[in-house]
Amino acid sequence: MRPDRADLWVGLFVLGLGVLAGWQATEIPASPLYAQVGPHAVPYAVAALLALLGTCLVGVALLGGWSRTLEAEANAPATNWRALLLMVASIKANLALIGWLGFSAAASAQFVLVAAAFGSRRPWRDAGLALMLTLFAWFGFVQLLGVNIGAGLLEEVILRLFGMDVP
Amino acid sequence: MSVWDGLGLGFGNALTLANLGWALLGCFLGTAVGVLPGIGPALTIALLLPITFQVEATGAFILFCGIFYGAMYGGSTTSILLNTPGESGSIITALEGAKMARNGRAGPALATAAIGSFVAGTIGTLGISFLGPVVVEFALLLGPAEYFSLMVLCFVTVSAVLGGSALRGLTSLAFGLLLGLVGIDLQTGQPRMTFGIPELLDGVNVVLVAVALFAVGETLFLAWRHVEGGAKVLPVGNIMPSRADLKRSWKPWLRGSLLGFPFGVMPAGGTEMPTMLSYYAERKLVAPEHAHEFGTTGAIEGVAGPEAANNAAAAGILVPMLTLGLPTSATAAIMLSAFQSYGINPGPMLFEQQAPLVWTLIASLYVANVMLVVLNLPLVGLWARILKVPQPQLYAGILVFATIGTYGISNSVMDLVLLYSIGTVGMFMRRFDFPTAPVVIGMILGPMAEQNLRQALTISQGDWMAFLTRPGSAMLLALALVALLGPRVWALVRR
Repeated sequence: MRPDRADLWVGLFVLGLGVLAGWQATEIPASPLYAQVGPHAVPYAVAALLALLGTCLVGVALLGGWSRTLEAEANAPATNWRALLLMVASIKANLALIGWLGFSAAASAQFVLVAAAFGSRRPWRDAGLALMLTLFAWFGFVQLLGVNIGAGLLEEVILRLFGMDVP
Repeated sequence: MSVWDGLGLGFGNALTLANLGWALLGCFLGTAVGVLPGIGPALTIALLLPITFQVEATGAFILFCGIFYGAMYGGSTTSILLNTPGESGSIITALEGAKMARNGRAGPALATAAIGSFVAGTIGTLGISFLGPVVVEFALLLGPAEYFSLMVLCFVTVSAVLGGSALRGLTSLAFGLLLGLVGIDLQTGQPRMTFGIPELLDGVNVVLVAVALFAVGETLFLAWRHVEGGAKVLPVGNIMPSRADLKRSWKPWLRGSLLGFPFGVMPAGGTEMPTMLSYYAERKLVAPEHAHEFGTTGAIEGVAGPEAANNAAAAGILVPMLTLGLPTSATAAIMLSAFQSYGINPGPMLFEQQAPLVWTLIASLYVANVMLVVLNLPLVGLWARILKVPQPQLYAGILVFATIGTYGISNSVMDLVLLYSIGTVGMFMRRFDFPTAPVVIGMILGPMAEQNLRQALTISQGDWMAFLTRPGSAMLLALALVALLGPRVWALVRR
């Protein structure tokens, strides 16, 4: 059978991960403390295991791969590039905005883009929904769960409106 | 403490107003996330872990267990009304359940699933109450060498025995072990696998990995294969099962429960195998006049049995978690990390040192079961409505919660980069059929196994043969070897 290219990449990725882990294991400084088993043994073992499994996966891929045996793949629809690109855009938007606009604004931008990826055609309604949800989530996490998330632009405005302290 | 004293103490605590409130909240949340496709109990508990800083341990664990049990109830609703199983344990339920729904019998299918879940949950919880202390007695005899071997067995069973392929399962596990190694070595203080990045010295957060795999990876995969036009939610109709339905259901409930619980208790974990076995058993044992319903109009036995097996197995998973500190499912692994964040070490000492906590937890499982059957039968219309949340906003919302759960850990954009990177890996894992649960289990259990390995070797003064000369340890390792190679040798022999 012809080798499966996609499966081959997966095998090579796992093999690469093993090599990377092996390299990092050699970088672990020698321990000043005496121990029967130092900090190196298990990292080396895990790296070797990953490399071995990667090699096996490469072997399977060269013999035809495993993807063709997957039931879910047999009737899978084609790759939805539009949705995937919008998802990537949503991630980029969140990473770019969260630092200077704060959680609610960044996550709202992400919400609108993800909803668009899954076929929503009403961005403004999504934006309104997103603002409600993200502010609700922010106040839930900060006030109820006591998680420390710095107030961004939107959160500050709301906190001031209610006359609360801005953390 | 005897079982009865323990249960007495536990019910005394569990029936206080505050704890009943936590249980109700957990059951409600759990059913909701169980119903919603794309979110499961592991993800929900991971996102709620910060609660451990605010609420005392008892309340938090009652909440988590409510979510755990609730998701099992909710999952069946999705399988039956949408024909998309919410989690692996309800795949089988979807087979017959969705067929019944299509023939206008969604109501009885939902009812038999809910009552079956109640029967199985109660039998499973009884199992925990009476089996737990016995396992503890046995577990107290284990030294570090035996513990290490037990964890090796657990690694093999969760990754290589279940699922599509041992090779891919083990790869997932090794990935989890690698993630667990990142950070400062606890025994010698040396940084490991950090690539010199200071943020990684604290290790990779397990919440981050769980959220990345279960929320981000899943959503990315769904976008990859997204087709416009959602699935149709089938109408519920009349929920009341007829006398005939109940008469056909009660034996499958009991059989499913008795089949499922031992599977959960064994470190094999997983709910796929018992549900599948129960399905085949019911297909064989069904009365001849109903046999034709299997695979055509949907047979109620095929819902009742597997659904009971699913819940009993889920309850069984709590036995190794509470008594040995061994998580055999992703949800149990996340709960274990909640124990750790309270500074409590699950394991045989838990029943002695934290007796009130453990027994309150067990008592609240009985309470949760009663609450869930009440929440599920009359409120089934509400849950069916939750299913109609439109996909775009649902998945967008899941990503919002994933982001806040991760960003809240340390307010670091670096964490978000890691979240989306591991999420991308998760997407490819879905596509290439690598199971995700072994990643989380390996990540939590890996460091514990390493600690036991090093303790055992310190005791034996560096003699690796200790793992083979101590009978308990040798037996467990032999079992692991059989579990790993047995199915493959068997396949060769049969050929």
